[in-house]
Parts: sequence; C-alpha cells; structure tokens
Amino acid sequence: MAEISMTVNGRKVTGTVEDRTLLVHFLRENQGLTGTHVGCDTSQCGACVVHLDGKAVKSCSMLAAQASGSDVLTIEGLAEGGELHPVQAAFKEHHGLQCGFCTPGMIMAAADMIRRHPQGLDEKTVRAELEGNICRCTGYHNIVKAVLAASEAMSGKAKAA
Amino acid sequence: MGIEGIGARVVRKEDKRFITGLGRYVDDMVVPGMKHAIFVRSPYAHAAIKKIDTEAAMAMPGVIGVLTGAQLKDDGIGNLICGWMINSKDGTPMKMGAWSALATDRVRYVGEAVAVVVAETRGQARDAAEAVEIAYEEMPAVTDAVKALEKGAPQLHPEAENNLIYDWEIGEASAVDQALDGAAHVTRMKLVNNRLVPNAMEPRAALGHYDKAEDHFTLWTTSQNPHVARLVMSAFYNVAPENKLRVIAPDVGGGFGSKIYVYPEEIICLWASKRTGVPVKWVADRTESFLTDAHGRDHVTEVSLGFDRDNRIVGLKVDTIANFGGYMSLFSSAVPTYLYATLLSGQYVIPKIHCNVRAVYTNTTPVDAYRGAGRPEATYVLERVVETAARELGVSPAELRRKNFIREFPYQTPVIMNYDAGDYEASLDAAMREANYAGFPTRRDEAKKRGKLRGIGMSCYIEACGIAPSQAVGSLGAGVGLWESAEVRVNAAGTIEVLTGSHSHGQGHETTFAQVVASRFGVPLEQVSIVHGDTDKVQMGMGTYGSRSGAVGASAIVKALDKVEAKAKKIAAHLLEADESDIVIENGEAKVAGTDRTLPWFQVALAAYTAHNLPEGMEPGLKEGAFYDPTNFTFPAGCYIAEVEVDPETGHTEIVQFVAADDFGNIINPLIVEGQVHGGLAQGIGQALLEGCHYDPTSGQLVTASYMDYTMPRAGDLPSFQVSTTNTPCPGNPLGVKGCGEAGAIGSPPAIINAITDAIGNNDLSMPATPQKVWAAMKASQ
Amino acid sequence: MHQTTYHRASSLSEAVKLLNDADDGKYVAGGQTLIPTMKQRLAAPSDLVDLRHIADLKGIEISGDKVKIGAAATHAEVAEDKALAKACPAISHLATHIGDPHVRHMGTIGGSIANNDPAADYPAALLALNATVHTNKREISADDFFVDLFETALEDDEIITAVSFTLPEKAGYAKFPNPASRYALTGVFVAKRADGVRAAVTGAGENGVFRADPIEQALASSFDASALDGITIPADSLMTDIHASAEYRANLVAVMAKRAVQAANG
Repeated sequence: MAEISMTVNGRKVTGTVEDRTLLVHFLRENQGLTGTHVGCDTSQCGACVVHLDGKAVKSCSMLAAQASGSDVLTIEGLAEGGELHPVQAAFKEHHGLQCGFCTPGMIMAAADMIRRHPQGLDEKTVRAELEGNICRCTGYHNIVKAVLAASEAMSGKAKAA
Repeated sequence: MGIEGIGARVVRKEDKRFITGLGRYVDDMVVPGMKHAIFVRSPYAHAAIKKIDTEAAMAMPGVIGVLTGAQLKDDGIGNLICGWMINSKDGTPMKMGAWSALATDRVRYVGEAVAVVVAETRGQARDAAEAVEIAYEEMPAVTDAVKALEKGAPQLHPEAENNLIYDWEIGEASAVDQALDGAAHVTRMKLVNNRLVPNAMEPRAALGHYDKAEDHFTLWTTSQNPHVARLVMSAFYNVAPENKLRVIAPDVGGGFGSKIYVYPEEIICLWASKRTGVPVKWVADRTESFLTDAHGRDHVTEVSLGFDRDNRIVGLKVDTIANFGGYMSLFSSAVPTYLYATLLSGQYVIPKIHCNVRAVYTNTTPVDAYRGAGRPEATYVLERVVETAARELGVSPAELRRKNFIREFPYQTPVIMNYDAGDYEASLDAAMREANYAGFPTRRDEAKKRGKLRGIGMSCYIEACGIAPSQAVGSLGAGVGLWESAEVRVNAAGTIEVLTGSHSHGQGHETTFAQVVASRFGVPLEQVSIVHGDTDKVQMGMGTYGSRSGAVGASAIVKALDKVEAKAKKIAAHLLEADESDIVIENGEAKVAGTDRTLPWFQVALAAYTAHNLPEGMEPGLKEGAFYDPTNFTFPAGCYIAEVEVDPETGHTEIVQFVAADDFGNIINPLIVEGQVHGGLAQGIGQALLEGCHYDPTSGQLVTASYMDYTMPRAGDLPSFQVSTTNTPCPGNPLGVKGCGEAGAIGSPPAIINAITDAIGNNDLSMPATPQKVWAAMKASQ
Repeated sequence: MHQTTYHRASSLSEAVKLLNDADDGKYVAGGQTLIPTMKQRLAAPSDLVDLRHIADLKGIEISGDKVKIGAAATHAEVAEDKALAKACPAISHLATHIGDPHVRHMGTIGGSIANNDPAADYPAALLALNATVHTNKREISADDFFVDLFETALEDDEIITAVSFTLPEKAGYAKFPNPASRYALTGVFVAKRADGVRAAVTGAGENGVFRADPIEQALASSFDASALDGITIPADSLMTDIHASAEYRANLVAVMAKRAVQAANG
C-alpha cells in the first residue's frame, strides 16, 4: 500500500491506497470527485484530464502515487467562489456539450490550451490542440466555438487587468 | 414564441451540473456495501465450453462469488430475445438461436460473457477473473455474412440452417425486373455499409441492488429506455416482477442506439446481487464496450436503378445481406427490414421497388440499431446509385434528383411509407446556394494549382422518425407499442413538474420540454422541471431512440398540457366570474379576454389545491396525464453537400466545406437542433472516412477493439459545419415537429463518398475511405 | 492492472539500487506508454521505480553546436524550448506532434526511446541526427541503440540520462499519422551535414526505425525535394497491418521524405 498526500482543489488530502491505484480512481473513489471520468483504456479519450501542477494530464495514465506531493485541480475546483470559469461559461453559452461525459476533460483541456496560448487561438489551432479529447455528441463544432470564445474573453480580461 | 418559449435559442438548463463536474452517471453511484463485478469473457469467436472451474478464483483475496450460466439456469433466468418478429418470404418465422446471459455450452463471439466474479474491489475481481479456468474447444469461425451463407460455412445455431435468420422481401420482384428490362439505362453497384461501434463516451454500466427485506430489486443502468428494460427483464427474462423492480437511468453519457437494448450485464448484476447478498456494480472498460455494445450497420448490397429515356426513374432493385452477429439483439430484426427497405424510395417517385434482405448469423458482436438504424444504409444505397447514375448519364447530379423529386403530398411510396409533407426542392436549393454549387469549377481549378484534387458530392436524404403507430407496428411484428406518456403536475405554488417517458442522454429534454410548457402558460423556464429516467417516478414510457422524443414524447406533454389548461381555465373562470371560453392563459396569468381582470398563475394553482372555491363538482388538484400514440411516422428530409480536397500523394481527404439544409418541421430550440445535426454529421463523416470494424477472418478476433485501431472522429478531422433549416411543418402532431437526432448520420456518408469519388474520378470506393483506400482507388483508375 | 510496488527515486544510484532489489522491476518516467500497458495487463512489473524526480535527468542545454536534452525532458518541454526551436526547429516540430498536449506534459524523451515503439517519432530523429544516447553507464550511438521492435541496447538496470547531438546544417521531419492512434504510420526525419545526409524512417519498418539508403543517396548530391522525384522505396521489409499495406507505406516513405526535405529547406 502507498501512503500518498497531495493538494486537490486547494485542499490537502492524504490516503492509503494500493500502489496500482490510478490517480483518476483516487480522485473518484477516495475523494468522491466523480466529475473526472474514464472513457477509454488506452489514453486517448481525455475524459480524465485534470491539471497536475498547473498542466493538463490524463489522470487515467498515472498512478496516484506518482502524483503524490503534487497540486491537482479537477473540474470541481475550476469555478472560483461560485462563479463559473470563463471556459465553463463559454461551453454553456455555445452549447459545447450534450451528454456531458467528455465535458469535464474537455473543459480542463481547453483551460490548459488557453493558458498555453496567451496570444490567442484560431480555429485550426483549437482543433489540433483537441487531439487528446474525444467527444461523440457535438461533432466538436460548438466546442471549438466555445474554446475560441473563452480564449477571447480571458484575453480581454487579462488586457483589462 | 417569447424569449424562452417554443422556437427560442435557449441555453440548456442541464448544463450547470455537467460543466461543474456534478453530473450523476451510473459509475458515480455508491450504495452501502456495494461490491464490484468483472465478467469472464470468451477469448474465442467460436468454441465449445467443455468445463468451467471456479474453485481457484473463489479462493482469491476479496472474492465474494463466482457465478456461471449453470446457476443462472437453475434460477430460471430466461434467454435474451429479439422483440420484433419478422417472417421470411416463405411465411416461416425468423430463426432465433438461444442466447443465455452467461454462456453455458458454447460461445459465439469474442467477448461473450461466460462467468462473473464479484469481489470487494474491481482490481480483486479482475485478478480472480483471470483465475477462472475454462476449457474451450475451439471451432472454426466465420465473421463475414456473405461467407456465412456459403456451403460448408461454420454453423452457429441449430435453429438457423445455413446461418440464415430470415429471407425477407418487400415489393414485387417480377414487376421491378420488368421495369429494369425495359429501362433505357440501368446503373448497377455493389455497396458495403461498414460495421460501426457506437462508442458513446460513457461506457455501459450497471448497479444491481437486491433488498431482501422488501424482496425488491433496483437497477441503476446506462439505458435510453428504463421502462422498456424493466418490462423486458420482467416479462421475458424472469429477473423480477415489474412491481418488484425499479430501473433508474440517471445521467447517461450518450447512447446512439447502443443503450436501448437489455444486455447480459444488467440481468447479471441484478441476479448476482440476490445470489451474493451484496449490491453489485459493473462498469465496462472501453475494450469491453468495443466487444459487447451492439454494433451498427454491416450490410452488403447489390443495387440496380433503372431510368427511362427522359431520365425518370422506372424501378429500383435492392438485394441486401445483413450481418447480425452471434445472436439476435433486442430490435435487430427490424433494422434492415422496416427501418431500411421502407425508406428506399428516398425523395423520389419510383414506381416499382423491390428489396430482398437476408439476415445472417456470424461469429461477431451482435448488431442492432445505431444512430439512424437502417435509414443510413438505405440512404447510402440510394444516394450513391443516384449520383453514380448521373455521372453515367452525363447529367448534373442535382438536376437528375430534381427531375425525380416527389412534389405532391401525401405521397404513398411502393414500400409502405406514406410521406405526409415535404419540399425537397427547397432544401436542395438552400444547400446549393449555401455551398455556392455553381462556383465549384473555379474552386476545383484553384485547388488543382495547389496540387489538390477537389470534389463535390451531394446527398438528398429522407428518414422516418417517431416510429408508429402502435397498431401498425404491432401488425408488422413489433413486440411493444410505440407511444409515449407524460404527466404534468402543477404544484400548489404554481411550479410545474413534467414526468416523461422519454429519456435524455444528451438531447437536452430538460430544456426543450420545459420550453413547451413555458410557452403554454408563459411561466419562467426555471419554474418547470423535467423528471425522467426512473420507473418509480414515471409510470410507463417507451424511451428515446429513433428521433422520437420531440415528435412523440413532446406531443404527449402537449396532450397533458391541454388537459391541465382546460381545468385551469375552468378554475380561473370560476374565480374571475367569467365565461370559460373567455379565459386566456399567458405571461404567467389567467385573464378574461378584452378586460383587465387577471389572476396570477400561482393563484390558479393554489386554488386547485386549497379547493376552497372550486366549480361545483370539480376534483381538487391540477395534475393530468396523457398517452400519445402518433398516427404516422414523421419524415425529416434534407440535402447535404460535401466538398473535399484529396492529397494525390497520400490519399488523405480533407473536408473543406460541409453544408446541411434540413427540413425538421417546426423547431423548439434551434441551438439544440443545430447541435444534434453537428453530432450526427460527425458520426456520418466518421463512417465515411474513418470508422470501421475489422475482424480477423480466421480467428474472429476484433482487431479494431480500442482507440488505437478504431478511428474516432477528432476535432482535427472535421470542419465547422454550415447548417440551416427549411420548414414544412409536420401535419401529424400538435407541435408540427419531425425529429433531428439522426439526420446528420443518415445523410452525410453518401455526400462524402460522392465528393471523394468526384475528386479522384473513380466510383469504386468503399467506406471508410481511409487514405490508403483512396490512394489505391486513385492508382487503380490511372 | 496487476499489483505492483511503487518507488520514487531521488538519485540515479538510488534508482539502480531499487531496481536491482526488485523481483521484476521496471523504470518509469512519464509512464504514458507503460501505465496504459499495465492497465491492460500486458505488462506486470513487480516494482516501478519512478525517475521523474531525479534532478540530474532534467534540462535542455545548447552550447555551440552541441545539444543535450535530459532524459526526463518532457515532449512539451522540448517542444516549447525557444533556444532549441531556433537551433533545430525540426526536433521542436517533432515533439509538438507526439501524442497530444496532455501526453506531452508527462511523456519524456528518455522514456520514448527506451521503449523504442516502432511507430514512435524520436527514434527517427535520433538516428537521422546521429545522436548519442547517454546512460548511467556509457554512451551509445543511435546506430547501435535501436535494436529491434521495442528492443534497445540498454541493459536491464541501465538508465538513459540524456540524448545529445551536433546541430545539423538543416533538418526536417514529416509524419503521416495513423488515423486512429496518431502514432506515425510513416515518419521520415532527414538531416543534412557537410559530410552527407541521413534519413531515418519510423512507423514503416518491420524491424522498427531504419535508415533509408535510396533517400540518403538521392539527397547526397542535391538536398532538394525534387531529387526524390520518381524514387521508389522497396516494400519488402515494410510493415503491413490493417491501416496500411507495405506498398502504401513505401509510397508514404517517399512522400514524407520529400516533405521533410521541404521543411528542412524552409
């Protein structure tokens, strides 16, 4: 068994888990954070994306023990103080989700994408950058729209600040 | 329409929980004492089971139980069945082989469940599953339906000689032959409709809980139709009587047909919970989904389309072999018959049509309805042969279609369907305008300068939604009625709950259905809640598939609203001392027309429940239910135009423009309808360019059993879509709606292939048109 | 996943000791291939020794015409390194197209080459760049390092510490991705130096990454895409699978080589 401790959504958490426990299962089963999903076994679908030390990673392709000592942000921790994160707001505004299953991973990936492109995004880049996230419902049309809108909203915010 | 009512572009009410990670899917459910199930599955496509030894597995850490088919039989659990009876043309009923939820003596596809292990953790259950010893005797397998019909092919079921389930036909063969013999031109093609895996992003899951105290079962499951699941498990599988079985389908992460059916795992989780005394949860991993979710399509078809000297169609002959897999899934038999052959008239006047369908067992995963179900197969056959005919005849594909369009409605086709309304020219014109069809040659020449081959392709589809009416489908073999139910409960303070038998797994019913209610009374959307997916809350319903929720589900709500409105008007008239016929309810109040006398909506509701002052003889309360059985299908139709650029060096296809013009009748929420079209298009384009199952022909292994080998459409594979709508309201239902969930998947595959074949100048190209295939087709035509 | 025991090493020597003490241990860096493989029970090491936190394995250094990339540099770090992008844009371009953004945040260059997947990108770059693989024990030339499918010259407890190469005059990489997995269905890396051209092919060879003689010869006299016009690549030692026949791969080798040269020539 592995003793692990990490910060999850700003809160220090500890646990004792089998060494083989994946980070996604630690989050879902030990922490009750079921917003992070598992959609495949081969590290392609991206439903499990969380931020590890500020960067988007696939929580299904990492042991919880590997993440010990790190800072983890999940979909549940993205909205600050009850206000939706701009990416969340844009997904709602532009109908960037249907069944909602891929959505947490999509949103976490999009937030990371926008962070890495402070100069802004175009459609081609967004589509290429979504390579690690599969959605079966939306045809990506409105997801792309939402990411572009969020990117714009966030850079506007940054400029204003 | 108002800002929130019918026709308004309202953002979805349900989004809040999904974007904050608070959706509740089956795998998110935790019941005290819950344990985990892992299935032991056949590694062989075809084998006899000689012995199952569970002793070693039982001794593994954390194991609570290891159960097999023998115990299932002991407990009297019934076999899985197909619920739609099809008779062959010789009058004999379809030949259904036995399918036990856990195989006992023989396995017929890779992934078939043989035993189940229940353990403390998922990991322990998986460890123990590897310790279950099963002695198999491998048998020769056949995965190709055409080969399965050949003499000497491996035989799957004793009930089905030569693996033939049925040999069905519609139309008069001799009349069509005669028409084709006399035709000025006949276009003949052999077409394959590739097998697809639905791949809802949420893998299937089930949590069964047997409550010993009440002798009562609860099943949380990934279902598109929990009531049908309960009915089937009670009436046919003997799991529990309906009044002792509650089925809950909470948030469900996509279905596309694959979550209509009752699967072995759902039966087993319930049964195993009673057997082991603990709640049992099973969640598929993706590989299990690939191996066990009902697949879609898989047809091989020969088609002949005849024209007279004036290029008018004189007859259509279709001969199809449909691969059903190792067993008959719940609605499998209806897909290549009444959902396929009946749509072969398309948008055209075709005087004579004949279609023959042979359904065949093979050693592959069972096949059933997948987004479009039969209609994409019909559209692919018809729209490829029409486009190819235009090329052979040397006429414009658009004009050939236009010449043959049906223009008068209602129109009775030779294949059962009676089209109620449509305007096919309107969607053709809209799509051609949007695509700048006339400007294509210039774009093609410009692309050539860049070294790209540009092609344009079209598809004019028709489909049938809201499969109905019950009496008619009953006479055609359906085992269930196809109506829908609704209950509208106005609470004492005026908020409204709508209980519906439709199930939302991405469609946005919590918003669109609320819009229908809000429109009726002018109450704010947030005062309306939609309740669905729980057999203990909603009395009975038929669920969501075949784009039926709007046309059938919402129509049932309208019927219930009619009753509520009538009663509310009586109450308001009584309180306002006016004549009932003078009362109007709008903007959240009842008023006497032409006066300033009004009563807020909540006071009408409150009056119904206080019952202090109701009209003489009126029962208290304001709650009404309705069942709605449509009189006909609805017939969405439209025109799709794809434009592609092929890289001649690699065969890679890029979609540079995709235009969709759909006639869905009236639209409740354009934002949601557009989203449905986008999603359907992605799945249709996926079929055309990317997706396909590959079975190893000798071993029967599914080679494309993960995202490493099965190509899911990704954002970079698709363009932004140009979608628009035309409108001929459906005359058959109160909202004038038709259904929009499947159109994209139905209409797009032939448009894409027609565009690629146009680009490369070779009509001989099959789906999925992978770079390698397109490259080979280019080489072949050089 | 089978049971395993996780260890985090903070130094190379600790890592070696942990591995040697294990029954059937394995090093893990980013784990982007190993963890999914273990999940599918296709690998079952008794112990995992995590190298990701060893400081010695980090960093990207450029001095003069020498480049040294620490084994634990992630694909994202390689892709985003501005100095490297200026010095050798081909390697940045390659790193930008490995897996997806999330995989690139975890996956490392050391892990990728140690795994030597026949469809991975880095092996082509290392072979074409005539790179040197540094380990805790020795230096191995790329020519000797990649042995066969998923097989390298590494000993069981040997740890890659860095990869180094001398900057070429020009280099380019072109990849045709497998439509499903997005690994290379065929990828070609070309590097031109005063003493000649090296061209390495990944994704296509039956025995993994290989140098393509016909391409190198054609480019030796003229480092221009047109030098490859009409070139034929023999299909007999190329892979055939459901995604591509050997014949199609042979075509892709020629086409990707041309595009790699075009990229190199900017």
